[in-house]
Amino acid sequence: MTGALDLITRVRGVRGAMLVSAEDGLVIAEQLMEGIKGTAVAALAANLAGRLRRAMEAAGIGASVFWHLQADQGTLLVVPAASGMLVVAVAEPDVNIGLVRLELLRAGEAAV
Amino acid sequence: MTARAVESWTLQPLTDFVREASVRLVLLMTPAGQVLAQSGFSRAVDVMSAAALGAAIVASTGELAKQLRQAPFAALNHQGHRHGIFLSTFPIERGTVVVLAVYDLDVSSLGLVQLFYEQLATDLKAASPKGSVPKQVLAADFERELSESLNTLFGR
Repeated sequence: MTGALDLITRVRGVRGAMLVSAEDGLVIAEQLMEGIKGTAVAALAANLAGRLRRAMEAAGIGASVFWHLQADQGTLLVVPAASGMLVVAVAEPDVNIGLVRLELLRAGEAAV
Repeated sequence: MTARAVESWTLQPLTDFVREASVRLVLLMTPAGQVLAQSGFSRAVDVMSAAALGAAIVASTGELAKQLRQAPFAALNHQGHRHGIFLSTFPIERGTVVVLAVYDLDVSSLGLVQLFYEQLATDLKAASPKGSVPKQVLAADFERELSESLNTLFGR
C-alpha cells in the first residue's frame, strides 16, 4: 500500500497521499507533509464521499470515479476504489492533475 | 434536534458537536451516571437507561483495563449495520466526563465522530467552571436529583 502512495507523492506538487476507509473515515495508510491534518482530511473526505455517492444515485448517473476539489491554496483529489477505500491526494494548485489522477487510479486498482 | 443541559456550560460545546459530527444521540454524564446534558433523546426513560448502561460499560471496561494492568481504554466503539455507538471519557477540572454518542452510518462515521469528539473535549475543558467543586449526590438524594435532572432535560 505504501508503494502505491509513493508513486502518488513522487508527482511534483503533491503534498501528501492517503488510503482512507470510506465506510468509517479512518486512515489506512498515509504519506503526508507536515501541516496536513490526516485524520481530519480522512474523516471529512469519507463523509463527503458518502454524500456524493447518494447524490449520484439520486441523479441516476452511477458511481463517481474521480473528484477534483480546487481551493485557493491547493487541490484535493480523490478516487473511490472498488475495495471500499478512498485514495486521496492533497496537492498544490498548479499540480499536473492528469498525472495525479492516473496514479490515484493505479493506486485504487492496487488496493483491491 | 434539541440539546438540553443540566449544567448550562455544556450546552454550546454539545450543540456544536451534534451539528459537526452529525450524531443522532448524545449523552454527557459523570462516571456515576449523573446526566449533564443530552441531545436527541425524546423520552426520559431512554436517558436513564443509556446513562446507566454507559456508566456500567465505563466501570466494567475500566476494571478490565485494571486487571490487564493497563491504563483505562481511551474510547470504545461499537459498530452495527446501521448505527455506531461511541463511548469515551476525558478529565476536566471537576472530575471526569463521559460522552456517549450514537451515530447513523448513513450520515456520519467513526472518523468524523472521533474528529469532533476531540474538539468537544477541548471545548468542555475550556467551558467548565474553574475552582468549583462538583455537587456530590448522596444515595438518599439520588432519586430526587435524578427527577430534577430529567425535568430539566425534558423541559417539564
